[in-house]
Amino acid sequence: MQSMPNKKEKRAEKSGSRFFASGSHYLLLAALPLLAGIVLKVLFGVQKEGVSITGAQIFFTLPMPWMDLPITESQINTWLLLLSLYFLVRYLTFDLQVVPRTKRQILAEWLVEKTESLVRTNMGAHMMGFVPFIGAVLALSAFSSLLSLIGLFAPTSDMNVIAGWAVLVFLLITYYKLKCGPLHYLKSFAEPLPFFTPMNIISEIATPVSMAFRHYGNIMSGAVISVLVAAGLQGLSALVFGWLPGWLGEFPILRIGIPAFLSVYFDLFSGCVQAFIFAMLTMLYISGAFAYDDYLAIQKKKETSLQQDHARTEPSAAADPRRG
Amino acid sequence: MEAMISNLGMLELAIGLILAGCGIGAGLALIAGIGPGIGEGNAVAKALEAIGRQPECKGDVTTTMIMGCAIAETTGLYGLVIGILLIFVAPGLFVDLLMRTIG
Repeated sequence: MQSMPNKKEKRAEKSGSRFFASGSHYLLLAALPLLAGIVLKVLFGVQKEGVSITGAQIFFTLPMPWMDLPITESQINTWLLLLSLYFLVRYLTFDLQVVPRTKRQILAEWLVEKTESLVRTNMGAHMMGFVPFIGAVLALSAFSSLLSLIGLFAPTSDMNVIAGWAVLVFLLITYYKLKCGPLHYLKSFAEPLPFFTPMNIISEIATPVSMAFRHYGNIMSGAVISVLVAAGLQGLSALVFGWLPGWLGEFPILRIGIPAFLSVYFDLFSGCVQAFIFAMLTMLYISGAFAYDDYLAIQKKKETSLQQDHARTEPSAAADPRRG
Repeated sequence: MEAMISNLGMLELAIGLILAGCGIGAGLALIAGIGPGIGEGNAVAKALEAIGRQPECKGDVTTTMIMGCAIAETTGLYGLVIGILLIFVAPGLFVDLLMRTIG
């Protein structure tokens, strides 16, 4: 066991530098897309005069046959974030070993184990295939909200992004409801009484709408309140320090530091909690949509009927050549 | 000339009405914030009681409470989103509609 690290170090020294051997270049690569986002914002961003609360800025529009497709800030930021997250995950899982020796491998294992236990307790052991999806939703949602910390437009404060995620979850819910057969699905609308059908349809549609509104509303309201407080503090500092000569009077000194306390709640806490809640609701809705016992019963019935068919056809097939 | 001026006045009045309606509507929509406020207050009070009675299950109670609070918030956020739409989106939409009907 003791000769192992020595060998490793020797190989690292041979292959070049310890920098690449420790996987730190992935961290650098993870930081690059975010830097690119900041550069894009600085180069092509519209300079806003005073207080303005606007949605995502449209960079350019792609002509499409039915409807022009605008490529907005939120899309670009999401793509950059995906790249960054990819490299971050590559950094965490770089050079894995049977016995974890590095902190990042312990962190990676901790993350995977936590996500697995979350999915196991909320969805059941038969839906462990959802662990990567839930982990991806958590990471993307949390880091999207946290993008506003480095001054970029948070994709989660754009209704379209969250609505897309919610539609994805809705499709998954419908897929798992259809797994027990289309008749079972249609019958679920007429429960507990046929009279309740319109209400059931409305509640079915309300699921993605409420998921989208909840996440979007929380992040967007945080952004709006942050802007309003910053503007208010600017006005206040102009009122208090306006008598100072030159640029000292115009400098919004109260805007330094004080909005950061709001940011702790609206960006850090709210963003992480909303990511957790989005993932939680995704798990609960999908596992609620999948009637596992009914599915097992249907599978068993199918199997037995198949076996019966097999048993029925087999003797005749065996008998056929004799008849011929 | 006089007809034009009076027309302009009517147009401004109409746009003013639209803006006023949107603003009042947004204010009314945010009344929806009362419900989640009361609900979340109740939820936190009960969670505190539970933690006081059984301090050992503080973690579970807190997680469940935050989850419940976030879900109780939904109706308030419906109001908030409607309010945001009424302030930032609806005026432009309605003014466009007005301009198109006038021609």
